[in-house]
Amino acid sequence: MSETIERAGSGMQAAQAPAPGGGGATRLARKRHSPDGWWPALFILPLAAGIGLFYLWPLLQSVYYSFTEWGVFGGSTWTGVENYVRLMQDPDVLRAIVNTLVYTGILLVGIPIAVVFAALLNRPGLRFAMIYRTCFFLPYIAMPTAISMVWRIIYNNDYGVINSTLRVVGIEGPAWISTEWFSLVAVAIVGLWMSIGFNMIILSAGLKGIPPELYEASAIDGAGKGRQFRSITVPLLTPSIFFLSVMTFIAGFQLFDMLYALLGPTNPVMPKTQSLVFLFYDAAFGANEKGYASAIGVLILLIIGLFTLVQFRLQRRWVHYAD
Amino acid sequence: MPINNMQTRNARGGSIAGHNRGAHVVLIIGSLLMIFPFLWQVKMSISTEADIMSIPPTLWPSSFEWNNFAEVFTRVPFLSQFWVSLAVTVLRTLAQLILCSMAGYAFARMHFRFKGILLAVLLSILMVPTQVYLIPQYQIVQSVGLLDTIAGIAAPGLFSAFGTFLMMQFFKAMPAELEQAARLDGCNSWQIFTRVMMPLAKPGLISLAIITVLASWNDLLWPLVVASSPDNMPLSVGLATLQGYQGSVDTGVLMAASLMAMAPILIVFVALQRRVVEGIAFAGLK
Repeated sequence: MSETIERAGSGMQAAQAPAPGGGGATRLARKRHSPDGWWPALFILPLAAGIGLFYLWPLLQSVYYSFTEWGVFGGSTWTGVENYVRLMQDPDVLRAIVNTLVYTGILLVGIPIAVVFAALLNRPGLRFAMIYRTCFFLPYIAMPTAISMVWRIIYNNDYGVINSTLRVVGIEGPAWISTEWFSLVAVAIVGLWMSIGFNMIILSAGLKGIPPELYEASAIDGAGKGRQFRSITVPLLTPSIFFLSVMTFIAGFQLFDMLYALLGPTNPVMPKTQSLVFLFYDAAFGANEKGYASAIGVLILLIIGLFTLVQFRLQRRWVHYAD
Repeated sequence: MPINNMQTRNARGGSIAGHNRGAHVVLIIGSLLMIFPFLWQVKMSISTEADIMSIPPTLWPSSFEWNNFAEVFTRVPFLSQFWVSLAVTVLRTLAQLILCSMAGYAFARMHFRFKGILLAVLLSILMVPTQVYLIPQYQIVQSVGLLDTIAGIAAPGLFSAFGTFLMMQFFKAMPAELEQAARLDGCNSWQIFTRVMMPLAKPGLISLAIITVLASWNDLLWPLVVASSPDNMPLSVGLATLQGYQGSVDTGVLMAASLMAMAPILIVFVALQRRVVEGIAFAGLK
């Protein structure tokens, strides 16, 4: 919109030939070049310098590194696609992809849960809504490394709350943070617990955009709350749900903090539980294989890009956009 | 307890309130699940080691161990780590507010060469996961001797493609008439930006600040790589390394430390909750 206004503005100036403060023709010529003079450069340069140094250049370098191998004393040699060949044969990478998919799959469950909670929370005239909102919001803003210390104790096999509760009903719970698969589920439960607050914020904003007349009209037609939820709330929330599923995939594939903090980097179960980012971290700063680590980084980029693309392709089938 | 309130309300509130009873039951259960770890953390932070490890767990500590909080300061360099977290967060937030809004304004309202290309570069940087940048960023910080310093931890986060996009979207939605009026009054672009646009951009700036503060305070991977000595670590890294001490440091002390590390964000964000929720929703929907 702003573009059309400005274009109209400059057209107007061209019509009133002698524009104030400059000989018409030269000014026009310069205008076609860059109507704002040097100002854009001044505004953008500080950011562009930082982005160039800390993001653009590193991105190009990382891609380059992924085709090299690093010596023990630094220095690198070009090895072509060797890292990528190794990547495809590495059972750890395959396992990390499976782990990351399982983790992301469990996180996705948080979206329908959040839809139900957000719909209930946004009922008109609901009392204590602010208190509920605060409760759901807290996990989202908690520091992952700090709150995972608490979860570690909640998960403890002997004196933890979960296994103690299970014992009451006669079940001996697993050693959550040191058993294959259970450790991944334990991490995912905490991730799920943290994600619901963010999901609800986005969904609540989506709910506010649904015109109340739709509910009134359907109530006149005799639709109950359940029917309204299925036929109005959920379909009209699909843009928000779509956004959340894309965000969940991106966040899920970047799993690191919870894994590191909840299980601990030296946990013996880590090789069976690690994510792609943990594998990257270990290769880059543990094993000092920066070339291979860069290839893992590029793989993460490709997987996220692929999934995002697929999700955008599929959205036509289920996302309703209001006109 | 709220259920009781609902029932008294039902008597006069009629069927609408009655209809919400089921909603309250579900929301109360959900809320309790959400805040249980925090309540448990508070309980453990004032419990003795024997209480924490009792089987089955006790809901109420048998004696209060307030000393756990004092212990934190002797067992870990809490104050210096707190200072690192605070300094990094403030630096990143201020830098992003200034740099991202300047660039965002230019992208939204000015015409210049290569604008499309620059925007495309920015967009692709936004979509690349942060790990991809990590090794070269580390090398840059290392080469200028800033490893294990506040400046080194803050450096990459001073600049943000996301923040620039957020501010661009915000400035795009603002009416153009204001600028034209200011221009007629003889303001140059810088004056228009600082005197007219920035004051009006407050909601966008708040939104960016909230997201930057949260991301910066809780960030783990980058500071974990850059900071190496306990005194120069932010709290997130300090706590993650503290995990290894479990056994040598009392669990109650660990709980007190983790509570104190989260407290500033929890208090400020809950107090400003409405703003925070709006800010996150705004950023999410842009």
